[in-house]
Amino acid sequence: MSDLMKVSSNPHVRSKATTSNIMLCVIIALLPAAGFGVWHFGFRALMHIAITVASCVFFELLYELMMKKKVTVQDLSAVVTGLLLAMNLPVSAPWWIGIVGGAFAIIIVKMLFGGLGQNFMNPALGARCFLLISFASVMTNFDYDTVSGPTPLAQLRAGGLETNTVLDMIFGNTQGTIGETSMVALVIGACFLILMGIIDLRIPGSYIISFVAFLVLFGENHLDMGYISAQVAGGGLMLGAFFMATDYVTRPITKKGQYVYGIFLGVMTGIFRLFGASPEGVSYAIILGNLLVPLIEKITMPKPFGRGGERA
Amino acid sequence: MSKALERIYNGLIKENPTFVLTLGMCPTLAVTTSAINGAGMGLSTMVVLVLSNVFISMLRRVIPDKVRIPAFIVIIASFVTIVQLLLQGYVPSLYESLGIYIPLIVVNCIILGRAEAYAYSNPVIPSLFDGLGMGLGFTVALTLIGACRELLGAGQLFGFQILGADNVFYQNASLRPLAMFLGEYTNISIFIMAPGAFFVLAFIIAAMNRIRRSAAKKGKQIAPASDCTGCMGKNCAECAGGSKEGASDQKQEERISKDSGSAADEETASKDGGSAADEETASKDSGSDAKPEEAAKNGEGESAT
Repeated sequence: MSDLMKVSSNPHVRSKATTSNIMLCVIIALLPAAGFGVWHFGFRALMHIAITVASCVFFELLYELMMKKKVTVQDLSAVVTGLLLAMNLPVSAPWWIGIVGGAFAIIIVKMLFGGLGQNFMNPALGARCFLLISFASVMTNFDYDTVSGPTPLAQLRAGGLETNTVLDMIFGNTQGTIGETSMVALVIGACFLILMGIIDLRIPGSYIISFVAFLVLFGENHLDMGYISAQVAGGGLMLGAFFMATDYVTRPITKKGQYVYGIFLGVMTGIFRLFGASPEGVSYAIILGNLLVPLIEKITMPKPFGRGGERA
Repeated sequence: MSKALERIYNGLIKENPTFVLTLGMCPTLAVTTSAINGAGMGLSTMVVLVLSNVFISMLRRVIPDKVRIPAFIVIIASFVTIVQLLLQGYVPSLYESLGIYIPLIVVNCIILGRAEAYAYSNPVIPSLFDGLGMGLGFTVALTLIGACRELLGAGQLFGFQILGADNVFYQNASLRPLAMFLGEYTNISIFIMAPGAFFVLAFIIAAMNRIRRSAAKKGKQIAPASDCTGCMGKNCAECAGGSKEGASDQKQEERISKDSGSAADEETASKDGGSAADEETASKDSGSDAKPEEAAKNGEGESAT
């Protein structure tokens, strides 16, 4: 870590932005959507959230104790990872899925690369993709309350919304993973984060706008507002754009880079959703974006004042 | 006889081609979807390795330095063709599942590496046991990786259903509770896909390093310390070459690899700091490996062309 700490000369400004404060804000911002998920899907959703969060915290503690490293559980980042992962699980999944996912997210994606700040990929999304590949049938089974049916995105792909309206999708009265259904609850949380100054609109804005632009250009229905609003409200786009693409560790730090990153995510999500094998593609798009972050940062690194510059 | 045992120990544990030297990664990662596939690949490679080591060692005074790589390749390719035809004839199912990786044994860098590093400068009998040891090490490694992946990804071991519904324990009434317990398992199918190979290999290497390090602390050296911290503070060329000529050696090796593209694999592997150090220590141990001076001489001969 010592090579990352470049202390400038004084005066210094004291900031309250510690890791645990920021993580606490993210947890608070996720609560509306998580709470809606519990209300919408029932007790089982709460069980998934509890198991996944507990599993993430437990594995972080276990790894740090076993490797005799400093225990960093109190910074709450493991809780955020667990909450995000749980919100990405379908409610009908078996109970152990959160344990497997939490172990993968914390140990393999996060701790083996050096812990918080060193992971190259969002742990929650890495674990979700691991689960999606490993247990495909479990992770794409969205039946709940003995009602089975396709998610809105699957309906859209099959020809158009049948059992849900766009209004359902905005309020969250649809099939889907625990935390992704309600656009309203997610946007309330996102507004809170933006007001607290924890995230800004660069990544989510460029992500969603470029995704819409992609749909207009390449979608079957071009300017059909119903189709576009259903695509924006459906699936994990809101959750991904506001809470996972903006993860401090795995997003570019340069401003220009953040726009590039957002546009890349939008285009990739569009490609996955329109031309891919499955109706959803937000998590794969963000993971691919995460992998490109070092490259994006390299090409968008601003020049220090007075260095280089244009030649007349 | 101790020489033979030493060679086998060297190949199996001390310089295990997969876990210590990390050579031949292409078949290691690609065909180990099951323990049978891993063992089949390992055994085929071992047969080729033993035969080619023996032949190259016999012909080491006949093969001119300048064309030794093409000569090695011709010898290796002949044996690979024999193995390929035998597999196709007698175990067609294994032949089908290994597919393109059988002909690719020709360019397996373990075989070329042993020919270059050992068989070309050692008598026939030690070369035979060197091939046997390295081949066994490769076979054990591939079977181990294959078994882990098969067990986690498909719930099977050598084709027997161990985990998940319908496992073999249901056949025995007294083992019913165990069968029910294991029957709860859900296959983690990522392990029989490509990423699973990397996960399993990484964890096995990590475990091996851990064992080796704690053994080294007790003063027992199982294998040459191959961790990079050994390079800290020392001149890196010195560390890789093991001698003052290290740096020039390496340059000449690079030139060789440019001359003969097929040797590139092996050269890259030995350029990697850790494994180069391994080779060096090994040659000191056995005392009869190719000396650095000899390699340098070879290099000069090559670059003169």
